[in-house]
Amino acid sequence: MDERVSLAIIGGGPAGLAAAAAARERGVEDIVVFERDTRLGGILNQCIHNGFGLHTFKEELTGPEYAGRYIEKVRQLGICCETGSMALSISPDREITVVSREKGLRVVRADAIVLAMGCRERPRGALNIPGTRPQGIYTAGTAQKLVNCMGIIPGREVVILGSGDIGLIMARRMTLEGAHVQVVAELMPYSGGLKRNIVQCLDDFGIPLKLSHTVVDIRGRRRLEGVTIAQVDRTGAPIPGTGIDYPCDTLLLSCGLIPENELSLTAGVALNGATNGPLVDDRLQTSVPGIFACGNALHVHDLVDFVSEEAGRAGTHAAEYILNGGHGAGPCVRVMPGEGIRYTVPTTVHLGDGDDQVRLRFRVRDVYKGRAIRVTSGGEAVLLKKRRIMVPSEMEDVAIDRRRIVDGDLRVEIVEVEP
Amino acid sequence: MTRSMICIGCPMGCELTVEVEGSRAVSVTGNTCGIGKKYAETEVSAPTRMVTTTVLSDGGVPVPVKTKTAVPKDRVFDVVRAVKARRVALPVGMGDVVLDDAAATGVPVIATMAVTG
Repeated sequence: MDERVSLAIIGGGPAGLAAAAAARERGVEDIVVFERDTRLGGILNQCIHNGFGLHTFKEELTGPEYAGRYIEKVRQLGICCETGSMALSISPDREITVVSREKGLRVVRADAIVLAMGCRERPRGALNIPGTRPQGIYTAGTAQKLVNCMGIIPGREVVILGSGDIGLIMARRMTLEGAHVQVVAELMPYSGGLKRNIVQCLDDFGIPLKLSHTVVDIRGRRRLEGVTIAQVDRTGAPIPGTGIDYPCDTLLLSCGLIPENELSLTAGVALNGATNGPLVDDRLQTSVPGIFACGNALHVHDLVDFVSEEAGRAGTHAAEYILNGGHGAGPCVRVMPGEGIRYTVPTTVHLGDGDDQVRLRFRVRDVYKGRAIRVTSGGEAVLLKKRRIMVPSEMEDVAIDRRRIVDGDLRVEIVEVEP
Repeated sequence: MTRSMICIGCPMGCELTVEVEGSRAVSVTGNTCGIGKKYAETEVSAPTRMVTTTVLSDGGVPVPVKTKTAVPKDRVFDVVRAVKARRVALPVGMGDVVLDDAAATGVPVIATMAVTG
């Protein structure tokens, strides 16, 4: 027999939980959250460090505490959460194939779906590092799960490639667990992580960060025995003669995150080549009507607070879609990434005379000091915001009055500040 | 003496300039909120850090914990060692005190997740 729900949410991490809570508060009764792990909370369960929640709760929480707040909220709202349930595919007319130990394989039809699957790490295979293929090479997040959730320390002499936040956090974590972290190498001339993490995870422990450096060789037959780190030129090519050998038994990779969208593709959702997440409008609706996306499945965030806020909007829009029987078409304009902008979310915005604000999130291509963000609508400036510094590793977020948006492209760009 | 530092109080990472006399901050600039000023003052006089780690349960499952407040920076490793020497019985509730006084810092260590086993 056909199983039906109003709203199905794929993923019980911070995005899925916030979307579920918002949709319920908007009046959707029949909600189910599918979570493949045995507990809710997603990646926050392994992020045991603090620093979460300053925006949302005005206090610093650890990952599990932040997740705990939303788990409690969803529980109080009486939302059905099926843990140990994995969505295998989604059809374009929103039939979800789900498998679980308790209920076996089944199909659930949903009036609307929120995609909140999170992201995954770029593995060694995607990095093209020469050398052998020994044990001892882990993504930083895998090492984090081993140490924090399973109590297994993956090695003693550690080199980290990539300065993403998880790599920096793991440099400190491995050090506290008694390992020796020799160096963090970063291909780019700037860090991929937050400045505070450079200070409290590397500087505090005297761990050097080598910018414009990468691993050019991996040695060892059964277990990793060492890596060679060389300086790179502006194009990212190793500079001959700069290689230094580091004997080590563990190499952690923190080289970027990729939104998880295997399921989105089964539903025919169009993806953005710049983010690897779905193309969405300002209601966070994908190219498939009734399917919404949020959190790291949509685009990789630096802060979970921004994930929760965004996911709340996705839940609200999904609720409106369900309660109104669709959104109606209405005219849209494109959002174009201009000078210095790598991508924007959303990529289309509805025109309207509502007094609400349209949120635009984006990343810059390079490090910009003392410049401004300018947004134009049909050629007219609608926002100019000075920024002391903008870096690719920190997401930018601006809001524009919807009424100021006219027919014609919305363009986001980095401009010089006039003296 | 002038010291420059990056505030770790929030993800913004403000670049602070601190005028220091002895071990006292006489002026702080570059901060965009009160957290930055307080961080700079503490950092030049008696720097502190929050500590997060795991304590092992009897069954071997790690339980995430944190110090209830920040501890002196030079005691971080002592706190971690004290936590590592401890074993807890499950179940553990979020907020349960795992150590009353971590390494004689006067700061308790509390669980940050409910773990049933």
